[in-house]
Amino acid sequence: MLSRTADNLYWMARYVERAENMARILDVAHRMHQLPRDRGAPDGLEWEPALTISGQKPSYEKRYDEFATGHVIAFMALDPENPSSIYSTLHGARENARAERFVLPTEMFESINATWLEMQSLNYAKLVEWGFREFFEWVKERSHQFRGTTVGTMLQTDAFHFTRLGTFIERADNTARLLDVKYHVLMPDEDRLDEAVDYYQWGAVLRAMSAFKAYRMIYRDGIKPRQVIELLTLRKEFPRSLHHCFNEVLDLLETLAPNSEGTRLTGEMYSRLRYGKVQDITRRGLHRFLTDFINRNSMVSNEIAKTFYLTPESQGQSQSQGRK
Amino acid sequence: MPSSPFDEMTRPDGRIRKPYSIYNKWVSKVSSELLSHKNSQADLFFRRIGITFAVYGDTQGGERLIPFDVVPRIIAKDEWDILSKGVCQRVDALNKFIHDIYHGQEIVKAGKLPKSLLKNNDQFRPEMVGFEPPKNVYVQIAGVDVVRTNESEFHVLEDNLRTPSGVSYMLENRDVMTRLFPELFDQHPVAPVNHYAQELLETLQYAAPDNLDEPTVVLLTPGQYNSAYFEHAFLADEMGIELVQGQDLFVDGGYVYMRTVGGPRRVDVIYRRIDDDFLDPMAFRKDSMLGVPGLFEAYKKGHVTLANAVGTGIADDKAIYDYVPQMIDFYLGEKPILKNVHTYHLDDEDDRKYVLEHLSELVVKEVHGSGGYGMLVGPKSSSKEISDYKDRILDNPANFIAQPTLALSTCPTYVDQGIAPRHVDLRPFVLSGKTTKVVPGGLTRVALKEGSLVVNSSQGGGTKDTWVLER
Repeated sequence: MLSRTADNLYWMARYVERAENMARILDVAHRMHQLPRDRGAPDGLEWEPALTISGQKPSYEKRYDEFATGHVIAFMALDPENPSSIYSTLHGARENARAERFVLPTEMFESINATWLEMQSLNYAKLVEWGFREFFEWVKERSHQFRGTTVGTMLQTDAFHFTRLGTFIERADNTARLLDVKYHVLMPDEDRLDEAVDYYQWGAVLRAMSAFKAYRMIYRDGIKPRQVIELLTLRKEFPRSLHHCFNEVLDLLETLAPNSEGTRLTGEMYSRLRYGKVQDITRRGLHRFLTDFINRNSMVSNEIAKTFYLTPESQGQSQSQGRK
Repeated sequence: MPSSPFDEMTRPDGRIRKPYSIYNKWVSKVSSELLSHKNSQADLFFRRIGITFAVYGDTQGGERLIPFDVVPRIIAKDEWDILSKGVCQRVDALNKFIHDIYHGQEIVKAGKLPKSLLKNNDQFRPEMVGFEPPKNVYVQIAGVDVVRTNESEFHVLEDNLRTPSGVSYMLENRDVMTRLFPELFDQHPVAPVNHYAQELLETLQYAAPDNLDEPTVVLLTPGQYNSAYFEHAFLADEMGIELVQGQDLFVDGGYVYMRTVGGPRRVDVIYRRIDDDFLDPMAFRKDSMLGVPGLFEAYKKGHVTLANAVGTGIADDKAIYDYVPQMIDFYLGEKPILKNVHTYHLDDEDDRKYVLEHLSELVVKEVHGSGGYGMLVGPKSSSKEISDYKDRILDNPANFIAQPTLALSTCPTYVDQGIAPRHVDLRPFVLSGKTTKVVPGGLTRVALKEGSLVVNSSQGGGTKDTWVLER
């Protein structure tokens, strides 16, 4: 298989996943924005994480003076100039898919192409008419459909493995970043991690990850920060957790290149997620753990690029999206 | 131009020509609703398969279909025997000609071809002088455009020796016809064409540098924005070889490799669908983003084969075309089986005088042009168009040739009013490997507009399935 083909499929999947995660991040920000604020708290603080996670805060600040809902959503959802906008990431997904349309099952290309065509027809007025929440739901649905056709129609050969690799590397990165930045904003007291906290604030985080119901079913308990951390990092059964993602990545790399450095790095991190305890993570600091994870994840991505002669993340088609 | 052109189905006296006798019985019995239904079904098939062309740059992802005609063009066995021998003979002579031009230029020394035609001809590649490709084959794939003017006369319009396209339509048209009209295939001994991809692969493998057991063959495409990209992907898929772009290949130590997920892999034969100019920025156009730096050097070292070879354009130049009959005599000692169309060269004073006086009867083309762009069809043009064109000619006469307007044969074609005759041409695809051969069939292009003689798809032409009967 040509490296270019693998590269295109890998990035196609990453871009779809990235669009979905941006919709999730904007969704949680939007939900939090609708909650009553503490007196004196600055307006629009909820929107900051969306900009921080994508690395687009500096370029946003150059264009707007305040974090107003309309501005942030227009910038992060629709702006073609912003490489992290949902518009740009869906475009990236579609261009990569288009280059490989003869490798992909027809339904897959058609699904991505249809998403892109609809995205192009949107503007801010339509978004308002549609409702922001409806728009975020739509992005998620298109992403679900993409994964559904991937699993349901693609030959399970290398092409499939590279596509799935893209999905899980991107998802792991997004889960870690979202948790990191929200945790930082909500800043729970270290010794009160096991006490029930603000239902709405933390509930919104869980909802953004489609984890609200999962939390209830697993813990049957009020929302406690330590359990939220455990769910999003260490619980294998939750499909957006770091453990789950790395379990998939490891399986895929064991199939593609069992003796590569990327596989070793993944396995090492996987062991920590598989056998680690949440108390150890929180004792040494969640931020430290997540920073380490994010670095490790991007090392894995770079090793994949090296092993299979793809475009390295730092210079390649990811355009880095302003990320470190 | 005679008032009634030769029709391949119906004689002037109303009798049906033999190759069409069964088809004519069938078509006179079926309802127009059925044909109309089959016609829309065909359209659906093509959309589903995704055979589209051009407008790849369209940001909407829009694509166009070349119109497909559901009435087959039928060619009898004895007609095909002449045609196929004729095109193979031409390609054999042209291969020898290209070798000669880049070596001793014996044909010039013998006074059969004026040296002036080579001078200042930008299709002549000085880099190729003295170089001999493996097995001494320059043109592995040729698409020879042939028109018919009467019962026994075929004329060659053009020898396409660079990167001829259209063969995917030959294959897909057949596929769609067998789905639409299985009963017609029961009644006609139609020679199959499906093995074309296999023959092409064998031709390419044969062209490999010496002593390779299993050469690696790839197809080099300019990429998805090229109008023939569908065909490139289709052929690569049919042959089971990689479809590569310039960026997928690199040259190391004089050998060519492709970047695969398993590491670099040696490439021995490149079926390139990129023009010479864009092949290698180190050897040709420096601004080419499509090519592979160092490719030409690897080629000249004999480490990789390019099919077709570099510099074949010298032989399908419209000014050189005139001399193909002489080439056949000179290199093969044979009589040309197919006729040339008489060509007037506008840089020749007598020719120019004649042409300028008879523009309304002639077809004028640019020497290096293709695709039906920039040509003048005298009988179909207004006096304003003719006088504008005259100015263009006088600006640079050497850039033009003129030919008499041929009475292209017509074939029954399904149009809005039912079945009606429309003008057609034919492009058979000639492969030169161990032997020179041609798959029985080709791409029939049809001018769908009544009376029109321009069959190019860019100018509103369509295609037909071409049936060669085996008995």
